Amino acid sequence: PSNAAPPPRPGRRRPQRPQRRPSRRSIKMPAVSKGDGMRGLAVFISDIRNCKSKEAEIKRINKELANIRSKFKGDKALDGYSKKKYVCKLLFIFLLGHDIDFGHMEAVNLLSSNKYTEKQIGYLFISVLVNSNSELIRLINNAIKNDLASRNPTFMCLALHCIANVGSREMAEAFAGEIPRILVAGDTMDSVKQSAALCLLRLYKTSPDLVLMGEWTSRVVHLLNDQHMGVVTAAISLITCLSQKNPDEFKTCVSLAVSRLSRIVSSASTDLQDYTYYFVPAPWLSCKLLRLLQCYPPPEDGAVKGRLVECLETILNKAQEPPKSKKVQHSNAKNAILFEAISLIIHYDSEPNLLVRACNQLGQFLQHRETNLRYLALESMCTLASSEFSHEAVKTHIETVINALKTERDVSVRQRAADLLYAMCDRSNAKQIVAEMLSYLETADYSIREEMVLKVAILAEKYAVDYSWYVDTILNLIRIAGDYVSEEVWYRVIQIVINRDDVQGYAAKTVFEALQAPACHENMVKVGGYILGEFGNLIAGDPRSSPLVQFNLLHSKFHLCSVPTRALLLSAYIKFINLFPETKATIQEVLRCDSQIRNSDVELQQRAVEYLKLSSIASTDVLATVLEEMPPFPERESSILAKLKKKKGPGAVSVSDLDEGKRDGGGELNGAGERGPESSVVSTPSPSADLLGLRSAPPVGSAAQGAGSLLVDVFSEAGPLAPASGVNDDGFLRFVCKNNGVLFENQLLQIGIKSEYRQNLGRMYLFYGNKTSVQFVNFTSTVSCPGDLQSHILCTPPVDPLVEGGAQLQQVLNIECLSDFSDAPLLNIRFRYGGALQNLTLKLPLTINKFFQPTEMGSQDFFQRWKQLSLPQQEAQKIFKANHSMDKEVLKAKLLGLGMALLENVDPNPENFVCAGVVQTKAQQVGCLLRLEPNIQAQMYRLTLRSSKDTVSKRLCDLLAEQF
Amino acid sequence: MRFMLLFSRQGKLRLQKWYTAAAERDRKKMVRELMQVVLARKPKMCSFLEWRDLKIVYKRYASLYFCCAVEEQDNELVTLEVIHRFVELLDKYFGSVCELDIIFNFEKAYFILDEFLMGGEIQDTSKKSVLKAIEQADLLQEVAMIQSVVLSLGQ
Repeated sequence: PSNAAPPPRPGRRRPQRPQRRPSRRSIKMPAVSKGDGMRGLAVFISDIRNCKSKEAEIKRINKELANIRSKFKGDKALDGYSKKKYVCKLLFIFLLGHDIDFGHMEAVNLLSSNKYTEKQIGYLFISVLVNSNSELIRLINNAIKNDLASRNPTFMCLALHCIANVGSREMAEAFAGEIPRILVAGDTMDSVKQSAALCLLRLYKTSPDLVLMGEWTSRVVHLLNDQHMGVVTAAISLITCLSQKNPDEFKTCVSLAVSRLSRIVSSASTDLQDYTYYFVPAPWLSCKLLRLLQCYPPPEDGAVKGRLVECLETILNKAQEPPKSKKVQHSNAKNAILFEAISLIIHYDSEPNLLVRACNQLGQFLQHRETNLRYLALESMCTLASSEFSHEAVKTHIETVINALKTERDVSVRQRAADLLYAMCDRSNAKQIVAEMLSYLETADYSIREEMVLKVAILAEKYAVDYSWYVDTILNLIRIAGDYVSEEVWYRVIQIVINRDDVQGYAAKTVFEALQAPACHENMVKVGGYILGEFGNLIAGDPRSSPLVQFNLLHSKFHLCSVPTRALLLSAYIKFINLFPETKATIQEVLRCDSQIRNSDVELQQRAVEYLKLSSIASTDVLATVLEEMPPFPERESSILAKLKKKKGPGAVSVSDLDEGKRDGGGELNGAGERGPESSVVSTPSPSADLLGLRSAPPVGSAAQGAGSLLVDVFSEAGPLAPASGVNDDGFLRFVCKNNGVLFENQLLQIGIKSEYRQNLGRMYLFYGNKTSVQFVNFTSTVSCPGDLQSHILCTPPVDPLVEGGAQLQQVLNIECLSDFSDAPLLNIRFRYGGALQNLTLKLPLTINKFFQPTEMGSQDFFQRWKQLSLPQQEAQKIFKANHSMDKEVLKAKLLGLGMALLENVDPNPENFVCAGVVQTKAQQVGCLLRLEPNIQAQMYRLTLRSSKDTVSKRLCDLLAEQF
Repeated sequence: MRFMLLFSRQGKLRLQKWYTAAAERDRKKMVRELMQVVLARKPKMCSFLEWRDLKIVYKRYASLYFCCAVEEQDNELVTLEVIHRFVELLDKYFGSVCELDIIFNFEKAYFILDEFLMGGEIQDTSKKSVLKAIEQADLLQEVAMIQSVVLSLGQ
């Protein structure tokens, strides 16, 4: 077997072989093996290694399997040693990648051996090869139970290891109650405590419902104070996991962790003896302590916080000290702590001084000779770029990062550099960054091109100051990396060109020029065909791009294109016939030729036939109507962004998006509509903001009770309300004229609403959808009615506190309107996602118009009643600018959605709308009349409401003024 | 940590330890894929890479690659030193460990790993503590051996 011997390690001194283990040497030469090991096993392994082919190996293994099988089945009872040897051989065979379907029983028998090595091999086999055979599990559990009760620490540890390795639900059921007891018992040996802590962690991860910490919580937290560093190291993994799930119960760990960390950080490099690793005191424990602290917001206690800041400063200071050893282990351990500290600083995002120092430190690493450090610095800076305190500091490293993108030899490092450029991009440096990314694309690795293309497209759209730059960028993108430009990207450029008339001429000119290239990408032909078909007329005045020249240019590409592109070009041609009647004959000629009109592809043939017919029979007017310029696309979330999110998972892009929203409001290429989905992301309270909000929450409950007119009875858990400033009412106004839809959505949660109303009663179904793959715990949603809201709301009992990942939860609200009201009830939702408390308050879209009964009446009736309601306080009127489409049908739909009767032929002016309805409350009925007078020229409306109750007129007028 | 793999430059798997449940078939596929990715990397490249939804931290020692898959939020550098500490433990136990030690004493390699990591988390970082546990076990083993020798002599 010596041919497989490894070359000696360069630069590593081989320590002297210890003399106390002569038998190890013999194992290396199995032919003369004797002593401690299993000689048969060594011979077998050696045989396998000598097999010249896979077939020979399989033959040898089958022979061995047959042998073992016969031994196990034989009449003669095997002694423990033989059993151990054969079980070990089976294990070896399994680890070679072969299936093993017997031997489990023999392994289980070994568990009850009183010889340590036999037990150990038995446990190893079970750990690696456990089988869900329930009979076997019962036997295994039995053996484990005996070992746990044995009070022999070595046996106990073996049993705990087995539980942790298998981690099945059956084992959790059997032992989840026992292990916490072992963990906190005063007389448990340290080594057993360590195993118990990690064993419990494993069970908690697989079956959290079975591990109940309750009474043990405080004693487990206090393991952080244990004398034995090993116990602390093991226990902190458990505590971190538990804290993530139940931060409140474990929050006392924060101050303990800070003081432990402080003791380690300030200790001399030799104080901790065996726990000092290459002159770095307890690097693993330090990292774990810093990780634990990331489950919590900054400590509230000033002294604790001061101590922690001191620790973080010391860690940053130490990074500047000369190394105590040249070994890479020393610097790795030291920097591991540093990076973890920086993660904590970023997590707090509240100490500008530390953030900037962290950024400077990472800046030094950007040029470090260790590739690993450059990689990590780029990665870590990505998150720093999204903090408002350090964004500017990160930006100062732009040249270094660009250089990394150009010169790093490892693609994964270049990828990190590209990510960082994307994260640090803002209006001030977008042109530079996009240019650099574009030039990198020319040589970029295939594996990251598609993502790079998406990023360039997003940045170009997001930070476009002028649209010509945007169009140039995207066309360049297609030119350089056409194959990687997905449909979303070229759809998007077309949408934007269509929606922005100031860029259409430029786009036509540019795309015309780009198409001149002898070989241009098919995506370019698509964009070119579409844009020239719509806006070719804008450049047709120039004889160099006359209609016929444009057509010939497009048609020269036709035959090289795929079917969908050819279909698109045919549509462009028919648009040409409308735009430029002089091209009609030429184009009809093309459509008429056999390769079009008899094309074997149905779609192409159909288009050719129909377009040809259309062009010959339709009058110019009809043609102009049918082939009119495309209407603007509805504004919505950039499909490219959606694609990148999908590609990278939610967290990946949103960090910078969220931040963008904070830094520079508005001014995006696509205006308000485009910001819709993003701004809702922005308004998602971040976990830390939430906790701050909680602290400053006024006791709304008591204030509300003070208001005498409150007739509200909330039968669900009454929780304190978030401050009114935190109320999210984005969705509220969208529901005035409709009853169903999505009220709220962020990265975690979607809230849908369905509601129905009859007279003064209503029922609202709320659907809470968990968009993540992680469950929400402690989920509560409560409805409260601030101020003098006088609608009576009954909630169904509290919703299920757990919302599984991807699941949807339903809540039903039964509503009774007692009398008219102005303010909306508030819906407060809280849950834990990961470690963080999410707290969200939304205005429930419950408005007075929901209780309208429509009233039909004739013209005479209407004006009679109109006159009756002529007291000044009965009328509310507003004159306002149109914010939405003034299209008649749209207005009608909205008014119908309002709930009143829309009265036709009542108002003498047919442009005006009048409506009538009665608001049904328990106390009284309020008759209402509405008149809406649009002025298309001025893009204005006058809205008049008259009702028998002044508050109703006023409220309806306010609500409706936002709708048109 | 999700799993740890030891494999040779020739792509032979020498040790595998899984800390989360997965079907055997998926495991084999992951091992195959990951070995391919890691073996294709050049020596000066960084020790970390993104693979599927995991972070891979790997390091080569002589002919063996030590490769850990950790979660997104785990610390890469500290994982690199987990690998190193494991190598040190093997080295101390076997006395200048080489690939053959791990092949012929695979069960010992598993025992050492188990003493060091449990459920993917570090149980103890002290070299002394870990080795003490292993040596104690060896001592028990030798006692058992002597007993069995005595027994067979008696027969």
